[in-house]
Amino acid sequence: MSKRIEVNDLNVYYGKFKAVEDVSMLIEPRSVTAFIGPSGCGKSTFIRTLNRMHEVIPGAYVEGQVLIDGDDLYGPGVDPVLVRRQVGMVFQRPNPFPTMSIRDNVLAGVKLNNRRISKSDADELVERSLRGANLWNEVKDRLERPGASISGGQQQRLCIARAIAVEPEVILMDEPCSALDPISTLAIEDLIEELKQDYTIVIVTHNMQQASRVSDRTAFFNIAGTGHPGKLIEYDDTRIIFSNPSVKATEDYVSGKFG
Amino acid sequence: MATTVSMPKTLTQGQLHPRTPWVVLGLSIAGAAGVVSLISMASGEEFSLVGTVALGVLAYLVMIVILSRQIEGSRKATDRLVTALVTGAFLIAMTPLVSLVSTVVILGSERFDAEFFTFSMRNIVGEGGGAVHAIVGTLLMTGTAAIISIPIGLFTAIYLVEYGRGPLARAITFFVDVMTGIPSIVAGLFAFSLFAIFFGPGVRMGFAGATALAVLMIPVVVRSCEEMLRVVPNELREASFALGVPKWLTILNVVLPTSAAGIATGIMLAIARVIGETAPLLIVAGFTASMNTNMFADRMQSLPVFVFTSYANQGVDTQAYLDRAWAGALTLILIVMALNLLARLIARFFAPKLGR
Ligand SMILES: Nc1ncnc2c1ncn2[C@@H]1O[C@H](COP(=O)(O)OP(=O)(O)O)[C@@H](O)[C@H]1O
Ligand SMILES: [Mg+2]
Repeated sequence: MSKRIEVNDLNVYYGKFKAVEDVSMLIEPRSVTAFIGPSGCGKSTFIRTLNRMHEVIPGAYVEGQVLIDGDDLYGPGVDPVLVRRQVGMVFQRPNPFPTMSIRDNVLAGVKLNNRRISKSDADELVERSLRGANLWNEVKDRLERPGASISGGQQQRLCIARAIAVEPEVILMDEPCSALDPISTLAIEDLIEELKQDYTIVIVTHNMQQASRVSDRTAFFNIAGTGHPGKLIEYDDTRIIFSNPSVKATEDYVSGKFG
Repeated sequence: MATTVSMPKTLTQGQLHPRTPWVVLGLSIAGAAGVVSLISMASGEEFSLVGTVALGVLAYLVMIVILSRQIEGSRKATDRLVTALVTGAFLIAMTPLVSLVSTVVILGSERFDAEFFTFSMRNIVGEGGGAVHAIVGTLLMTGTAAIISIPIGLFTAIYLVEYGRGPLARAITFFVDVMTGIPSIVAGLFAFSLFAIFFGPGVRMGFAGATALAVLMIPVVVRSCEEMLRVVPNELREASFALGVPKWLTILNVVLPTSAAGIATGIMLAIARVIGETAPLLIVAGFTASMNTNMFADRMQSLPVFVFTSYANQGVDTQAYLDRAWAGALTLILIVMALNLLARLIARFFAPKLGR
């Protein structure tokens, strides 16, 4: 499990508005890649193109290539639904399904697709996914409680469990900790560290410490001003981005001079 | 009065005692009653209850505001004024409702007996008889109308919210809005002319009545379902998409369950809205004294039409007809109330399970 992502000359549009311009990058399997940059520079927009969630928005489209182990996500005849089963996503705000129990939330990928699963397989999948998301011990006694009945940090880990239950190759996280308290944030960071053994992880974060703590590679995006498209400014090992970046803007941003 | 004017600078300073407003209200009403009875004695007219209440409330407003301004300050005084006005508006709005319900209950209970629910009006002139044919007819026609309109309305709403973009969706929204405003008599004429094409003029059948009701019901269902679907947060749809769930399954398994409570309520209210329709049924379903359970042939009675015809064609024993009309009205109100209760139960049953 876990695949390599290759992005070639990607432009991303909302209708006529070009939100992200000319991004190329290579993301290695079993690594954590962090996207940083000021608000509005297109980090969310770009990360959503990696599992074709971008086109859910009316009028939104993409030019260029995104290859996952050589297969073009935007090639003719590619089913976005199958793409999303390989590339999972965790959102900024925890969003468990309110009509479902904790257990059903974990099984959502199976149940929502109306697939049958035996009770024992389901039990095993629930336990494995919740353990994978470091949540098992906290909720094992209340699996039938509503998904919204646990704390925000637990809900976010539940969403991660839900994402890994469909056994994707890649997990995208768009500011997964920005709605959480420091303790929950730490729990998620530890989790990312573990998940990287099995998955390719891409994470958007506004928190420099977080980027430097969890990621192997860091991409810095920037924007020339409102109305201009966001661009990939620099992409390198996290160590280098934070200690010795080659572009002035990156240095200014990571040292807190703007943004 | 247990006010604490003498205790300055505490958090509870300058408050009217909770009972004070009630005392003031009682005094105002009593005073108003005195004034009004004096006037009525002087002018020789009858004592006016409405006048008393109006004058009393006015006096209360003035007194409570002055009192409160003296003791509690102007912020509290404004609060008391607005509270009194809002409460008054509520009571005024409730008055006709309470009066209507009590009238119907009192007059309707006269004939609200077993015979009313077991007999039709076949071969009955004068006393006795019942409305079972009308009740069955109403349930059949409204049920059929619901079976026609719920799928059409729900699917239209799903189209508008989940798929519809551009001119087609705008056109549908426009026509749904127009349809919401169609007078019910027009729906009846529409159904009549539609069925006259196939069955010749003079056609009367329950199904035609159901069609007319469906025409009235569809826009209401579309509107309420649309609103309910729109409040489902987009995050949930995206969460589902991100798990590799196709759009139609997302709608079926995430959007509809999340909004099920609201949709069920909306549908029940739409049914309650059309179950009392009289005009279209009078035209296309006609009226009859006998039981008819065949939707596709012959006239079919319904409760509103039963009430109307009992009142319009009072026979020799006038009181018997009037009593039956009121009992029919009471039955109709009870059915609508039952539907509303059912809607609440369904809403509670489907409601998203939040919290601990
Ligand atoms: N749904 C949308 N429709 C149109 N424009 C959007 C939409 N979402 C984001 N944008 C625009 O795209 C640009 C990038 O936004 P975003 O990707 O959310 O930035 P970031 O996540 O880096 O803060 C912004 O200019 C924003 O206004
Ligand atoms: Mg963002």
